[in-house]
Amino acid sequence: MKRAGFTTVWLPVALLLPQLMIIAIFFYWPAGWALQSSFYLQDPFGFGSTFVGVDNYTDLTNNGEYMRIAWFTVVYSALVTFFSLSIALLLAVKADNVIRGAKSYRTLLMWVYAIAPPVAGFLGILFFDQRNGPLTVFFQTFGWDFKLGVNYNSTATAMVMVAVWKQIPVNFIFFLSGLQSIPRAVREAAMIDNRSATGRFWQVTFPLLAPTAFFLLIINITYALFDTFGIIDALMKGEPGNNPMTLVYKVYLDGFRGNDLGGSSAQSVILMVLVLLLTVFQFRLIERRIHYT
Amino acid sequence: MAQVTLEQLRKVYPNGNEAVQTCSFQIPDGEFVVLVGPSGCGKSTLLRMIAGLEEISDGSLYIGDAVVNDVDPADRNIAMVFQNYALYPHMTVERNMGYGLRNRGIPKADIDAKVREAASMLNLTEYLDRRPSQLSGGQRQRVAMGRAIVRQPELFLFDEPLSNLDAKLRNQMRIEIKALQRRLGTTAVYVTHDQVEAMTMADRIIVLNEGRIEQIGTPSDVYNHPESTFVASFIGAPPMNLMPATVGADQAITLSDGTVLAGRAPEGAPGSVLVGVRPEDVLIGAGDIPFTIDIIEELGALRLLHGQLGGAPFSVSIGKDEQAQAGPSTIGLKPDALHIFDPQTQRRV
Repeated sequence: MKRAGFTTVWLPVALLLPQLMIIAIFFYWPAGWALQSSFYLQDPFGFGSTFVGVDNYTDLTNNGEYMRIAWFTVVYSALVTFFSLSIALLLAVKADNVIRGAKSYRTLLMWVYAIAPPVAGFLGILFFDQRNGPLTVFFQTFGWDFKLGVNYNSTATAMVMVAVWKQIPVNFIFFLSGLQSIPRAVREAAMIDNRSATGRFWQVTFPLLAPTAFFLLIINITYALFDTFGIIDALMKGEPGNNPMTLVYKVYLDGFRGNDLGGSSAQSVILMVLVLLLTVFQFRLIERRIHYT
Repeated sequence: MAQVTLEQLRKVYPNGNEAVQTCSFQIPDGEFVVLVGPSGCGKSTLLRMIAGLEEISDGSLYIGDAVVNDVDPADRNIAMVFQNYALYPHMTVERNMGYGLRNRGIPKADIDAKVREAASMLNLTEYLDRRPSQLSGGQRQRVAMGRAIVRQPELFLFDEPLSNLDAKLRNQMRIEIKALQRRLGTTAVYVTHDQVEAMTMADRIIVLNEGRIEQIGTPSDVYNHPESTFVASFIGAPPMNLMPATVGADQAITLSDGTVLAGRAPEGAPGSVLVGVRPEDVLIGAGDIPFTIDIIEELGALRLLHGQLGGAPFSVSIGKDEQAQAGPSTIGLKPDALHIFDPQTQRRV
């Protein structure tokens, strides 16, 4: 096969430059800066900084509050990922079976996708309003005195619910297109081979959806860890108090409200390493195993 | 093993499209039946109704002695080979073939034995651990066949199984499928749009057009006594020549240019008819019908001569040893070469 090539080295470099500059300016530079400042203790009023080595990191591991937030982040991400994936899969399977009015259903299910996270958080506040939020009233009929922003568990529940609700459409779109890319004949062959619809789903349909599902798993973990910031901020109404929060929110809080830039930088470096591990995991383990064609 | 009976079967889609018009026929035990017709003629819909993948609008379908209209596809004791093979991409060849058996609660040792037997029958033994993506088109086709035969069904259904293969492989698989069906003695329904496949494989051919059965018969029946102009032009390559003609008082047949053909129209033929002549039933250089050859197509084993007769295009097929040149010539017809059709109903007179 003939390979197309550039005659000079400058044209490809010039074509790549804008993209590389964006990455350098908006990612590597701040990341490098965060790495550097994580080894310093900044003066809260910006008059200077002192090199403290790895003190910012060791402080974090000895900090009970930080470990509690880390634990909450793990539980929160697991719940958000699990529920947003499983509910979206259920909806996609149901929508895929609908024959009449299929397009309207799909459009309706995708609408939420267009809502910005802080708006989603604000809608959450309306739904969980102390006096007349419909969900608060609903919980009260079960005897649960739901108090958003006051009670730790109430706030955590609201955060999970709003984050799941916001993420379902994305997963739904991917699952639906995944389902529709499974050849009809393969499913029909399975109908002849297996009487049980549940069996067919888990033995044929789901394995063929696995590439989509693993991709979404990574996307959803990343979403729960980082992109739910807006929802959390809105639901907390700017009053952290006793409320649960994720690691990303803690970075913001310590850095911009607590003026501890060094500690905040150390936390973001830890998060960067986490994302790096997640990416390595995705490419090494998953991408290799689940492609059939 | 079982016979299949279709009783007043019909398929209408919710949008009012009648894909299969009311039809009835019976397939005796062990017979190889080919449904043939152009695309959109309803042949696949008919097959899918037999498989249970398409709901039956009206009528009854029997496999053996039981009505199976509302029986789940998995419980009809059928096996189907799809056009794109429809193998499970995430399963090995072995698991692809055994999947249907595992769901029927058959002991693992029995499944293994059956899969190995089918694999050796189809020369797939060394590929049992491979995934479909690691196989060639012909091998995938064999796996699809294997998946069908391990089930030991009462009925095989084939939905254009060879249309994705290249010409050489297609000829080879055609013979293999036919031989396999003979050996197993299983009733088979085979859908194709290729009239060569239909002629070579079928015990009986069912010709479909626009959701309607045009003719049911053995390959030689369908070829020698086409019941309609559609069958006449669909079966046989090159197709039968059809020319408008008039029938005189003495049943003599006259073409529109005044040529009188040797032979008599049967009693009851209308005044104007369509006359059909197979290109291979014509003798070149003999007889007294003038015919001008415009184009000669060389096909190796035979030659096709194209020209005009009676105001319509006319082709003649001659053997490779016969001579012909472009230009004026004469033709004669073999005895019984004429097929007479009613232009109104398009049916044979």
